[in-house]
Order: sequence, then structure tokens, then C-alpha cells
Amino acid sequence: MNIPKHDVLLVGGGGAGLRAAIAASETYRGADIGVVSKVYPMRSHTVSAEGGTAAVMREDDNLDLHAYDTIKGSDYLGDQDVVEAFVKEAVDEVIQLEHWGCPWSRDEDGRVSVRAFGGMSVKRTLYAADKTGFHMLHALFQTSLKYDAITRYDEWFVTSLLVEDGRVCGVTALNIRSGNIHAISAKSVIICTGGAGKIFPFTTNAAIKNGDGMALAYRIGCPLKDLEFVQYHPTGLPGTGILMTEASRGEGGHLVNSKGERYLSEYVPGKMELGPRDILSRSFIHEQRQGNVFEGPDGSYVHLDLRHLGEKVIDEKLPFVRELTRNYVGIDPVIEPIPVRPVVHYCMGGVHTDIHGATPISGLYAAGEAACVSLNGANRLGSNSLTECLVFGARAGQVAAQHAADTDFADSASMVKMAQDEQKRIETQFFGNNGKERVANIRDDLRQTMEEGAGIFRTEDALKTTCDTIRTLKERYENIGIDDHSRVFNTDLVNALELGYMLDVAEGLAHSALLRRESRGSHARSDYEERDDENFLKHSLAYQTDGDPRIEYMPVTLTRWEPEERTY
Amino acid sequence: MSDLRTIKITVLRYRPEEEDEPTEQTYEVEFRDDWVVLDALNHIKDHIDGTLSFRWSCRMGVCGSCGMMVNGEPKLTCAAMLRDYYPNEMHVEPLVNFPIVRDLVTDMTDFMDKLKAVKPWIIREEEKPVSEGEYLQTPDQLKDYKQFSQCINCMLCYAACPVYGLEHDFVGPAAIALGHRYNLDSRDEGNQQRQHVIASKEGIWECTYVGECSVVCPKHVDPAEAIQQTKVATTTNRLKSLVMPWGNKK
Repeated sequence: MNIPKHDVLLVGGGGAGLRAAIAASETYRGADIGVVSKVYPMRSHTVSAEGGTAAVMREDDNLDLHAYDTIKGSDYLGDQDVVEAFVKEAVDEVIQLEHWGCPWSRDEDGRVSVRAFGGMSVKRTLYAADKTGFHMLHALFQTSLKYDAITRYDEWFVTSLLVEDGRVCGVTALNIRSGNIHAISAKSVIICTGGAGKIFPFTTNAAIKNGDGMALAYRIGCPLKDLEFVQYHPTGLPGTGILMTEASRGEGGHLVNSKGERYLSEYVPGKMELGPRDILSRSFIHEQRQGNVFEGPDGSYVHLDLRHLGEKVIDEKLPFVRELTRNYVGIDPVIEPIPVRPVVHYCMGGVHTDIHGATPISGLYAAGEAACVSLNGANRLGSNSLTECLVFGARAGQVAAQHAADTDFADSASMVKMAQDEQKRIETQFFGNNGKERVANIRDDLRQTMEEGAGIFRTEDALKTTCDTIRTLKERYENIGIDDHSRVFNTDLVNALELGYMLDVAEGLAHSALLRRESRGSHARSDYEERDDENFLKHSLAYQTDGDPRIEYMPVTLTRWEPEERTY
Repeated sequence: MSDLRTIKITVLRYRPEEEDEPTEQTYEVEFRDDWVVLDALNHIKDHIDGTLSFRWSCRMGVCGSCGMMVNGEPKLTCAAMLRDYYPNEMHVEPLVNFPIVRDLVTDMTDFMDKLKAVKPWIIREEEKPVSEGEYLQTPDQLKDYKQFSQCINCMLCYAACPVYGLEHDFVGPAAIALGHRYNLDSRDEGNQQRQHVIASKEGIWECTYVGECSVVCPKHVDPAEAIQQTKVATTTNRLKSLVMPWGNKK
């Protein structure tokens, strides 16, 4: 058996993965890069990002201001050295993407335009109408095609990270089309698989976002950091969770309750609709408790009113919002308000990395939403995540390539054996038993318990119940049965493997949330309503064990900004 | 809650390990008023028959994964409402003009090769260093190519294209539109490098201007217009080159 070998192997081909792949191939001549993605890269979830990408581009802005906004937005859990590096490198990264053809929206004088976004003090969000992620991803993907050093494994699904002598030396992956498991040897592996929004029932996230890469790292002993922090986006469509971009508020849209009030004056009077997402999402729950919301078949909602912006602005700046609402809820925002509610949007937590994207495990790197480099802390500001993919994708690509230059490949013979063992493990677990549990049922139960225990507001009791339920679900997972025992394009098998990843990430998340007995950013404990810097100004690290995960902590890096009360 | 209704959906099945040619299978699905065709497929997969295979991801019409033939027309199944088909029976099949891998999953390797062949990236004789900032581009210059940059690679236009159905060498609507998108971009200087693919026999000249590609495009990219514009530009360039054979550098 011939094993493909790459100096650097990307797991995931979205914004961060493709940026990392290009960076790695540019780091030294002859670097050989592989990109494994379970979907064709241009299908990756970066494609769904709408509002924009933050960077300091204008005279009225400066790096310290972007840094301060990000740190305050993070509720002081962002590492300040990371934030400082981020805001500095963000500028070159968005210009680089401009040079690669991204069709940024423009001002009359030809400069890239910037718009207002939540939690940002000035206009600093570049955009391509309201399809920014789509255009960024396609620009990156199309640009990546010119690099002959990049080999793609489209529709290959990574099932494990291979470890030898304590270092990551490759992956095993299911070629979805053939059904065969292969080993791919790599000196460096970078996880760029995105978040895990699909462990919750109502989310803006695509079907593919199941925390795959986080679980892969967790399973080989790499800690997952700050997993308890899950961002609810305040404006998703009820039921489907389809995202109504924050740009709709950036361009001047209003949030209105059932009494016709712009209720945010109660909660974030200084920012109103441009308050940060965590506070806006909690405000919705407060309004719900007071009975100031509308009720529909998919639960409570409020109105996002864009009518006063007029048809011209909506069509120029928010065409996708209009397309989506017309198609999915039969509403034209030019003449009617849009029903919206908070839905799960983004994982601040992820694979623990240092400022360069390196994990504690030799040879393993991570970037983008899958990673936690500690840029976003307890709450991410809108439009920082696309930039994060660029800045830390590039950083991870560079250090992974440098590591590869100084490293040898692991022994191929042992990897052949590892691939055979993996094929056997999967066939035994999913084809060999006559389990009675359906993937969809366990998945639905997982989502329900996550919503109940680890939703917008959390309590000790509810979290304990969720932790217990996840343990039971993991037991049920052992008894899983799938309908499809064939090999070619077996999506039943892929879904079953994904469910295993989801359960692992959910477990780490719920336990981290249980032990953080304070409220900070997106993590709101009804039983511990205050932020507690004395005990919890620190990152959580979840380690997998044979039983419940072990939670450790590490300090937050502060440079120039002392934690203050976070009001807007 | 919306009332539940039941619709009959006949799906093309093809399991290459078990059968030599495709078969059909009919499912009855109880659906909510706001369900799309993709929701019905997911309901089948989750609760009736886990062996049905298809691609999907974003469920909001932008990832481009879930294109299929719905009652004979190429559609994004995440954007096709079931209620628009009810009470009639529905047929869901993989996009035509592509080899079938399994059930509703087609082989799109051919497109991926063609996409790369049109060099869909910015080509410049000299690259400006990032430190010197962005290339200026006015809103009007952006408008020149913006429409053609909206392609989500969903393959509906290839399924609708009668020429591609007969002649697989044809570069095809989406790839030509994307090549054209870069040709129209004020930052790009790669027109010449793309011409040998786009303006070749297998490029624009195969197109008989049926225009079905533009009709089915869910993003209003209008590939037919891209092809038409390229034909005009190529003809003009060729005529110019007869007058000034050495003066037509770009």
C-alpha cells in the first residue's frame, strides 16, 4: 500500500484551511501541502458568513482601538498579546485578499468600503455586500488552484489523528467515494474544521459543523480550551436558524418587541442595535420573560425592522437578506419586518493553541473556529472571525511548514497497519453489530439537552442534568445501528462518525460550563450572575479521560488593558 | 403549528455495489408548510431509510451542494418548497449530464478540472506588494464583473445545458462565466492566458445560445450573457488583430 505524504496536511478547506495551505506553500520552496476536506472546499461553512471582515483601514481608526474593542467584547478573556498581533496583521491580510480578487464593496474613490458592526467603536468592517464569507471563500479557493504544491483530497473524511512517539504524524481518512480508509502521512497537521454549532438544535451553522477537528484533537490528549463559551447570534430566522446578518443592524436596522418598542434601550442604551451579540441575545430572553415577544410555530420572536432603510439600501447592501427572507419565510423586508430570535452561531472555544496556532502536541496545529487561540475570549465581536481565519490561518500555515522543514516523516510501514486497524474498528463498530439506536434519535436528544442545559442561561442543576444525559447518550452510541452497510458514498456512516465527534465536544463543553461558576461574555449563569475575576479570569482546558473530562485552568495574558466593568 | 400534509416522493436510487442500473423508490413524507425538498430528503434519511445518499450543507442556498433534478428541472433542493409541488407526486433525481456516483450524488470532477483550466485567479504581470495597499476599484468597475462572481458552483447550469449534455469537452456555463469574471476585473491582466481555453473550439464557440443556463441559475449569474460578451470581445479582438497584428498585446 502506497501512503501519500505531505509536509503539511490541512484537515478542513474553509477560510482558515485554505489560507493556511497557501501560507504553508509560500513558506519554503518545495513544501508539499495536502488539503483533506469532507466537502469540496468551496462548500465549507465560511461560505455562509455574511456581514464582513474587520481590520483597521481608515484614518479615524487605530490598532489600539480595534484591540480594545475586541478585548472588551471578549469580557477580558481574550489573550491580549494575541489580540495585538491580530489587529496588526489583520490589515495586511485583508489587503492580501483584495489582491487575490475578493470583490470587496467599494467607495466612490475606489477604496474598499467599511461598515459599522456590533461592539466596534468605528466603521472598520470590510464587506462584499452581505455575502462576504462566500466571496472570501471562493477567492481563496480559486486562488489556491494556482498552487501546484497543494494536493486536494475532496470528500475525504478524517477519522483519526495518527500519533507516534508523542507526535502527530498523519491521519486516517475515509475516502467517502470509495469507502476505503487510507493513512496519509504528514509532518505537520493543521486542524481547520470549523465549529460545532450543530450540537445545538437551532443554529446558523451548516450541517457539516459537528466539531470534527476538536474531537480529533481531544481524543489524542490535546485540551479543548474555553469550550463553555458559545455565541448566540441575536438575529436568526425562527426554526431554520438562517442567519440575518448583523450588517442589517450595522446599516441601521431596528430590533422591535411585540409592544413596538426598540427594547434595547433598556439593556445597551449607548449602542442599541450595535451592542455585542451576547448582551443582545440575553436581552431577548429578558423580553421573552416579560411577555414582550411574538409567538409563532417555532417559538418566540421579535422583529428586525429594515423598512426605513428603503429598497435601494437593502438591495445594495443587504441583497442576500432580502433573497433569504423572500425564499424562506415569504417576507419582503422592504415592506415587512423580519421575525428573528437568537440562535447558536459560533464557538469561541476550541483546540487549544498558542499565539502561533501550535497545540501542546508536537506536529499538531489549529486555526479558525476549530481552534481557540484566545482571540475571542468569552464573546467574539462580529466580523472578527473571518479575519481570524486569515490571520491565524496564515500563522499556523507558516509555523507548520517550518516545523515540517525540520522534521522527518514517520515510518510508513507502521502507518499501513494503523489504517488497517482503523478500517477494522469502523467496520466492527458500525457494520458488525446489530445495534438498535438510530443516529438521528441520539443526535436529536443531544441537541435538546444542550439547549436545555447549555443554552443562553445556565444553572448548576440544568448543567448537571445535561452532563448526565450526555453520558447516557454516549452509552447509547455504543449500541448504534446504521441502515447502510455499503461502501460507496455512505453518508449514513459519515453521519454516525460525526455524531461521535459531536458527543465528545458536547461533553467537554457541558463540563467546562458546569465548573465555571460565574457569568462572563456568552456564558451566563443564573446562579452566579456576576463576573468573578478573582476566581475565573482564566481559561478552562478540557482533557478527555476514561470518565468525565478533567478540567484544568491557565492564566489569561494581560498586556495593557486592565479588566473593567463591561457596559455599553 | 402548520397542518401536516403527506406527499409522495419518488427518488432515483443507484447503489453501484448492488445494481447495474438505477432504480426508483417511492417514499411518503408528512411535511410542514415551510419545508423544502431537502427537508423531505433528510426526513427520509433520518427516520425512514438511512441508505439514501445525497449532498447538502448550508440549507440557505449558498454552499451549492444540494442541486438535483426536481420533476425534471435542475433545482437547489434547499430552495424548492414542497408546497409548490403538492398535491402532485414528485420525482427527485441526480443532476443530469453528470455520471452518478450513488443515489442523488453526481461526479463533479469534470467541472473541477474545467474550473482550474480557466485560471480563475487574478493574473498580473507585476504584483503590487501588500504593503502598498489595495488596488483601487470604483463601484462601476466592480459592477462590470460582480454579477459573474456570484456563481456558487452548484452545477445547475451544466444540467440545463443541452450542449454539455452532448459534448462533454464543452467548458460549460459556470467555468466560462468565472473565467469571464476575472477578465472583466480591473485588477486582472490575464485575459490572454485564459483565451486559449475560453475562446477555443470547446469554449464559447460550442455554445448555441439556448440560454437555459441563465434560466436555471439560482444566483442570476447569467452565464449565457458571459458567453455572449466573450464572443463579441473575442471577435472584436480578432478583427482588430487583422488591422494591427502586432499591436494587440492585452
